[in-house]
Amino acid sequence: MSIEGKTILIVDDDYDYLFQLKFQLEQWGCKVVTAESQREAEELLHTLKPDLAILDLMMENEDSGFVLSYKMKKKYPDVPIIISTAVSSETGMSFNRYSEEDKNWIKADTYLEKGIRPEHLKNELEKLIP
Amino acid sequence: MEALKVLVVDDEAGIRSGVTRILSKHVVSYPFMDEDCNFVCFEAASGEEGITIIDAEMPDIVLLDNKLPGIKGLEVLEYIRQKNYNIMVAMITSYASLEIALKATSDGAYDFIPKPFTPQELKSSIDNITKQLFLRRISSKMKQEGKKIRYQFLSVLSHELKAPLNAIEGYLNIMKEKQAGIDITAYDSMIERALERVEGMRNLTMDLLDFTKIRLDNRRDKVKMVNLRQTAKMSVSTVKPYAIQKNISIKLEADDKIEFEADPYDMEIIFNNLLSNAVKYNRDNGIVTVGISKEKDGIVILVSDNGIGMTEEEASQLFKEFVRIRNDKTKNISGSGLGLSIVRKITDIYHGKISVTSKPDEGTTFRVELPV
Ligand SMILES: Nc1ncnc2c1ncn2[C@@H]1O[C@H](COP(=O)(O)OP(=O)(O)O)[C@@H](O)[C@H]1O
Ligand SMILES: [Mg+2]
Repeated sequence: MSIEGKTILIVDDDYDYLFQLKFQLEQWGCKVVTAESQREAEELLHTLKPDLAILDLMMENEDSGFVLSYKMKKKYPDVPIIISTAVSSETGMSFNRYSEEDKNWIKADTYLEKGIRPEHLKNELEKLIP
Repeated sequence: MEALKVLVVDDEAGIRSGVTRILSKHVVSYPFMDEDCNFVCFEAASGEEGITIIDAEMPDIVLLDNKLPGIKGLEVLEYIRQKNYNIMVAMITSYASLEIALKATSDGAYDFIPKPFTPQELKSSIDNITKQLFLRRISSKMKQEGKKIRYQFLSVLSHELKAPLNAIEGYLNIMKEKQAGIDITAYDSMIERALERVEGMRNLTMDLLDFTKIRLDNRRDKVKMVNLRQTAKMSVSTVKPYAIQKNISIKLEADDKIEFEADPYDMEIIFNNLLSNAVKYNRDNGIVTVGISKEKDGIVILVSDNGIGMTEEEASQLFKEFVRIRNDKTKNISGSGLGLSIVRKITDIYHGKISVTSKPDEGTTFRVELPV
């Protein structure tokens, strides 16, 4: 159950978030592939099958992360997906907008808030990567 | 044709069948209604029966006699109010004592139809009630839409505010834990990025201030004659430093005599936003032209550039809050996506219009018309 040497795809349109997450994951020994948009990620996925993907929720569209997750699960049902967002559940907003039915349809494995502590993130990754 | 459900609660069979007969041939139409409406009637001989039909059929209108064999009309009214049903109630009474009338009105009865009534009296009461019903529907729809817009605005806003904070915090944590080693130069680019995010957040805050000012509106007292060329010149000098970095030249083509009655600050916001966009979304050695002219119906402000442009589809979205076009060309340009929505709100205040024409890689022209 080690994440070392695993290939992780991160998709986020925030350059800084991408940089920091990559930096962090590389320190843990992961191989990191990045994309800055849903479109770019879809292109990458033609030739790449990562061990795990971390997708930002709001990119080109406010639900790009969901759409990408759906498409990825169709192509690679066994690759775990984390959807990350800067919108916290307590300020209300985004997630509540999606009904239970939508969430089933979306099928991400975990939702994480951006800015969580590195140890927490590592934990989640270890849980998801077989 | 929409059919409204009408329930008549009266113990006199003659009244019930009379209402049904008159209303079955009646049609109401007002200009603000999407379609005409007619009526389907239900009859109840007692309050108890009335309540059963109300629960089952959820009528739009209830015509209610107060003097009933079992529970009184007022109690039926109270039931409707307690259940929070959205029903228009009119009392039909042979004589309404002031007391009953007051009680009924405070419980939400909308109208009184005196008994006996002529077909014409009934029809005109129904017309009124229908009108009220439609107006209520329209206003509750508008309230809901307003709520939805505010909700979306807040969710996007919280995203936009948190993203830079998270980015800055992330860099600070990396530095705090010296994750890139003890050589300070290893952190140069992170410091640079953090400062850029601070700057971005400052711009967003300024835009938000403009935005809320417009929301609070009513600054009619600050209105005076504004010389638009002077205002434009000020904006040109504000964006000059950015223009110089890309060697962009800005031309101002305006008559010095054009004045417009407005809050000067509003006019500044218009020029600042359009000009800063024309510079930001431009390329090296680009050209920006600002034109102000007086036409037959008012003043026309044109801000053109030969920068990166956009597609028609993208152009149609621009004036909404937080809309930014995301592609390789705009990737490294920071902004809040609020500027143009602010400009649109201001032009609205002055009953003006704003439009855009653009071609990818050729350039963009924004046109603001302010009627005088
Ligand atoms: N002159 C222009 N040329 C090309 N694109 C433009 C121009 N002005 C605005 N845009 C596009 O419209 C979007 C919204 O503009 P605005 O509301 O001013 O927000 P911001 O500049 O903060 O991003 C910009 O992000 C940009 O993509
Ligand atoms: Mg702008």
